Amino acid sequence: MNNAMTIAKRELASYFASPVAYVFLVIFLVLTGFFTFMMGNFFARNDASLLSFFVWHPWLYMLLVPAVGMRLWSEEQRMGTLELLFTMPITPAQAIWGKFIAGWIFLGVALLLTLPMVFTVYYLGEPDGGPMLTGYLGSFLMAGCYLAISGMTSALTRNQVISFITSVVICLLLVLAGYPPVTNILLKWGAPNALVEFAAGLSVVFHFESMQRGVLDIRDLIYFLSLIAFAIFTTGVVLKSKRS
Amino acid sequence: MTVGTNAFFLCQKVMFCFTDWPSGWCVAEFYPQGELQTKIGETKGMIKTIDVRKSFGSSLAVDQVSFEVKTGEVLGFLGPNGAGKSTTMRMITGFLPLSGGKIQIGDYDIEENPLEAKKLMGYLPENAPAYADMSVIAFLEFVAKIRGMKGVEAKEAVEKAIRTCHLEKVRMQIIDTLSKGYLHRVCFAQAILHDPPVLILDEPTDGLDPNQKHEMRELIKEMGKTKAIIVSTHILEEVEAICTRVIIIDQGKLVFNGTPAELLAKSPEAGQVVVRIQGHNAAEIREKLPEISDVAQVRIRQEGPAGVTAILSAKPEKAVQAGKVHKFLRDLNWDFDELHMENGRLDEVFRRITSLDSAGEVTK
Repeated sequence: MNNAMTIAKRELASYFASPVAYVFLVIFLVLTGFFTFMMGNFFARNDASLLSFFVWHPWLYMLLVPAVGMRLWSEEQRMGTLELLFTMPITPAQAIWGKFIAGWIFLGVALLLTLPMVFTVYYLGEPDGGPMLTGYLGSFLMAGCYLAISGMTSALTRNQVISFITSVVICLLLVLAGYPPVTNILLKWGAPNALVEFAAGLSVVFHFESMQRGVLDIRDLIYFLSLIAFAIFTTGVVLKSKRS
Repeated sequence: MTVGTNAFFLCQKVMFCFTDWPSGWCVAEFYPQGELQTKIGETKGMIKTIDVRKSFGSSLAVDQVSFEVKTGEVLGFLGPNGAGKSTTMRMITGFLPLSGGKIQIGDYDIEENPLEAKKLMGYLPENAPAYADMSVIAFLEFVAKIRGMKGVEAKEAVEKAIRTCHLEKVRMQIIDTLSKGYLHRVCFAQAILHDPPVLILDEPTDGLDPNQKHEMRELIKEMGKTKAIIVSTHILEEVEAICTRVIIIDQGKLVFNGTPAELLAKSPEAGQVVVRIQGHNAAEIREKLPEISDVAQVRIRQEGPAGVTAILSAKPEKAVQAGKVHKFLRDLNWDFDELHMENGRLDEVFRRITSLDSAGEVTK
């Protein structure tokens, strides 16, 4: 645990040592603002909630989180520091979790910087605090999922561009699986209802939506956490198989 | 009863898999070890490799390599590019899993107790990688922490490494902006930070200028007194300068294991006596000198105004003694101004040992 934290600290420091972190934060905040107020018609809805804010997160994260995760392992492989890291007295699991946690904390910081949204809603009306809280939790978990997936694709290649594009595509699939256009196609093909529901159940949107409404279902938590655990585990397998 | 114990062992294995994945996966790779273990028991040394094999797909990169390094030894690890030097070092340091055989660092098996084994080692990988976006001091402090040092202990270790590697001037500099020589020394500082009993150095003098090279060699020599060190290199003079023992691998196989002197002795020139004689022509010399005992052949290397240089080589299993040559020439009353015995040349031996296949083709 200690070692994982040491690695997380180093990784986090390296985010802020380069312009990447600042560029990411600015773009993330500008885009969330733009989508919420312009595309989401925040004012016209006349509704004291963050629904028009959260609804864009699956799409925003799809593009932005892989930008954070793509360097996690590609960079180490390209620079040769992977050899240094894996000859230190730490387990691969500590290294993988440490790096993941660093990225997740960074995304958490980005999310915290959107808190003025909450103040705005409180200033304008009398919102229900519950859905906001679960919405933020859901958003954070979803960011974790995307990050774990882009960490996995970055373990696969030393090329950051390939890592980025692959993880965007995987995240896109995870988002689209629950949307009516996709589920309708499945229904048209005559897929049994159970299969359609299963496909929709794989979608992050499906699980995130219920959390936006303020429903904290243990199944949603399990979904997000197991997706993270799976991607992390796969990262370990990929890194090990690359060395043998 | 037996079913019960089996189930218990199974549980243990499964738990092991979970707690130590993915390295726990190697549990599945089983190979008979009984014979290897007895071999380990007999030998004593800090680094032991026994019948180490590594294959990538169908190609065998390292094939049955066994050697041992004791404390106080500096082992020179030679071989042509692509012979498997770096692969072997990566297996010793636990970066690459083994395809077969065993590696022990101190009392620990690198595959069974990777963490304990890695604690005993410092490693300078090829090309000296380091985190480019960190400052020198931040990088070394990070390594100290990962090595389990805290507070004052870590600070002192970092300062000592900085002093040893002469990094005072660049301590605050970002690693990305360092010159190659400094980068190399930063990575070397990282390797010696925790004062490990075992050092694995992959081409430690690569990219250094002649002064830095000299300094690095002195450092390795000094450390070699108290540590077990493996140094891989292309530079043969380095082997003579710092190594107490040499191994050569070629195409993944160990082809030589001995002292630098033994390696030199393999040179065809080793033991030849060179003499420069004045006042006599080549024909005379060729005729007269074979009379010296044990001389098999006399070759003329050079004929000039300064004299005739002749090379005397010995009969098989014999040696030409310079003293006898000296006495013989004195008795003849011939003038000579040079008489010495050749030590042999390392590059010559290296070429002979590592290019046996291609040499064979040439002679055909």
